[in-house]
Amino acid sequence: MSEHHINTEKDSGNGGASRRNFIGAVAAAGGLAAIAPGIHLVQVSQANTPPRPAGEAASKAVRWGMLIDTTKCASGCTDCVKACATENGINETVKDARQGSQWIRKIDIKEVKTGRTHSLPMLCQHCANPPCVDVCPTGASMKRADGIVLVDRHICIGCRYCMMACPYKARSFVHQPLTEQNPEVPRGQGCVESCTFCVHRVDKGQIPACVETCTKEGHNAMLFGDLNDPNSEISRRVAQVTTTQVRADLKLDLGVRYQGI
Amino acid sequence: MKIEQYTPAEERLFYILLALGGLVSALGLAAAYYMEHSGHVVTGMTNQVFWGLPHVFGIFLIVAASGVLNVASIGSVFGKKAYKPRAPLSGLLAIIMLAAGLAIIMLDLGRADRVLIAATHVNLTSVFGWNMILYPVFFGLVGLYLWTLMDRRMNAYYKAAGFSAFIWRLVMTTGTGSIFGFVVARQAYQSAILAPMFIIMSFAWGLAVFLLVQRSMYAWNNMELNPALRQRLKNLLGTFITAVLYFVIVYHLTNIYYAKETAFEHFILVSGGVYPLLFWGGYVVVGTLLPLFLLYHPAIWQKSGAVSFAAALTIIGGLCQLYVFIIGGQAFPLEMFPGMEVTSTFFDGAIGTYVPSVPEILLSLSGIGIGFTLTVIGVRVLRFLPQDDVAMLKDAGYLHD
Amino acid sequence: MLRTFRLAVGVLSAVAALVTTGAVAGESRVPKPAITIENPGKCVAPVEEMRRNHMDMLKHTRDKTMREGVRGMKTSLNGCIECHASKKTGSVLGSNENFCQSCHAYAAVKLDCWDCHQPKANYKATGTAPADHPGTAGAKP
Repeated sequence: MSEHHINTEKDSGNGGASRRNFIGAVAAAGGLAAIAPGIHLVQVSQANTPPRPAGEAASKAVRWGMLIDTTKCASGCTDCVKACATENGINETVKDARQGSQWIRKIDIKEVKTGRTHSLPMLCQHCANPPCVDVCPTGASMKRADGIVLVDRHICIGCRYCMMACPYKARSFVHQPLTEQNPEVPRGQGCVESCTFCVHRVDKGQIPACVETCTKEGHNAMLFGDLNDPNSEISRRVAQVTTTQVRADLKLDLGVRYQGI
Repeated sequence: MKIEQYTPAEERLFYILLALGGLVSALGLAAAYYMEHSGHVVTGMTNQVFWGLPHVFGIFLIVAASGVLNVASIGSVFGKKAYKPRAPLSGLLAIIMLAAGLAIIMLDLGRADRVLIAATHVNLTSVFGWNMILYPVFFGLVGLYLWTLMDRRMNAYYKAAGFSAFIWRLVMTTGTGSIFGFVVARQAYQSAILAPMFIIMSFAWGLAVFLLVQRSMYAWNNMELNPALRQRLKNLLGTFITAVLYFVIVYHLTNIYYAKETAFEHFILVSGGVYPLLFWGGYVVVGTLLPLFLLYHPAIWQKSGAVSFAAALTIIGGLCQLYVFIIGGQAFPLEMFPGMEVTSTFFDGAIGTYVPSVPEILLSLSGIGIGFTLTVIGVRVLRFLPQDDVAMLKDAGYLHD
Repeated sequence: MLRTFRLAVGVLSAVAALVTTGAVAGESRVPKPAITIENPGKCVAPVEEMRRNHMDMLKHTRDKTMREGVRGMKTSLNGCIECHASKKTGSVLGSNENFCQSCHAYAAVKLDCWDCHQPKANYKATGTAPADHPGTAGAKP
């Protein structure tokens, strides 16, 4: 971890220096982290991976993942959902809620036999073998090298076959014109979209907005990090406790795991 | 070939039919433009039921397009002489219906303006991606087949062309069935039986469409189908309808016994409201039992219009069946947590509702409109009226007296 | 679309050349674009190159960033917006004086970026009130 730490400082320094030439490049989060060591520490303890320097592609060595502890997730709490909506500019009003976009949602489940209940956030599971990517006719549905499953809206034709193929109902189709997007999170009418693991934040070395808020609010039900790094907190936790992959029967090798169900 | 002149009444009727078909098509195009402009918010489709009525009509046309070519294949591939005069019409209808079906599906895309991307970026792991190759090749092969039939110099190749088109139509409908068959996520689909089931459905629907078109053309020309041929064709339709029923039964039994999707089957067959109604009332009674009765009752089938009526019912039954299959399959909630009751703010664990809006209905019907218009023009320009040579039929043993 | 645009630019420059050399009598029926450039001389490439190739640059960046995750490229769309958004409206769109719209309106080339991208500089989306959003509306199922 300490080695990583050193790398982090070095990389972000480089990134900041080379970025100075660029006009209006993405906010130099790496530099920011170095200036504010407190934030940096929180981020590293969660993300445990340095921000990627400018000009460098996402690496296969990393597999981003999330661990959700359902025992700490309260029914009725929607902090993660609100954080997602704010971060990703999901702010349109829809007449029919069924036509609204849903990147992360809260699900309550109750075991029929015992009556035991759980509450959990459901989002794109960032499968290693994503059915949405398999079925997409144009290749708009794609998995980035670091395991994040995304929709390339530039070539999405809005056929919705990926929604048919997704076992988690994780994808939404944008049913109306949008204007209030966040600059870093483009989204628009006629394309399918889903949770991006806040890819624009992760690339800066930050953690997804839902996880950050869950932690900040003291729920600590969500953990984000690199599943390929044996020293990351998420890898250690996954190695220690029993975790569940939803619909493990499909053998999709999910990036999101649940603890406590 | 002697070109007979149309009477003024026939001319008038032709333009009336053309205007009618054109109007339905134009309304559909206007609806598609409206949907494209406002977004799918103006449709009844949602993030749970995201394939709606346009997909029911579009897929029906695409499947039936492949099946209607069957009439030609029976002549060219299986050497049944009575079917050979029907091959040109059969090929023409196949091309037209595939075009109409694809038009509906394409116009319903979220970004219909990007439809060319579907041709320039093909993902070969996607069944849709395969279809992007299967459809154009089908157009090409059937076009080639028509050429070999119509051009004397090419006549030598018609068997080869007919055979390739036949093989390709089987592959194509396998592709259409696999759109659903390879969807592992949903209780309604994920079954290898769907590919052969779609093929047999295409036989029934395609023949039904062919019989209706042929009947209309004969009526136009004051002709009657030879009774012996009529009996053969109605028996063929009956066989196909029965075969579809067989596959439907196996499909549901597989779901119940093998895949243990009892909750889904209960929903689709018993408790799901409109879906059981359309399944039992629409598909089983109107689309299967009634046509079988009309086709096999010794007194009824010989009556004028009985076979055509049975064909029309088969088409209605097919649309009901696809509605139940496509919409019902999405309305049933995804089972993510077996043995758990699921609730959420995004309708997890809840039955999806779907009510098609007016633009959607217009777009869907325009598939029929486009097909109808092109057929009216096609049969007038190309004169593909199936004409039987009685002496030839006698030689071939079709006629006994 | 790119080809269309290039063609349009070609035709546009030809017409412009004719107009300036006085080969075409009278005024052009379409007023020439009045572009306000807020930060002249600071672009990532010379004007001529930008006019000709900005679409290719953007597409290259788009694929690199979107599909490979390469960040901080100098030809990023957000980079263009930050610099070229109008000081008046804060946007590259909105009126025919605004950067992207002015030329594209003149050349009649459809802009496809802004169906999804935010055309305003330094824009901060407001998020959403819980009641407005289906995800949080009536938080309890």
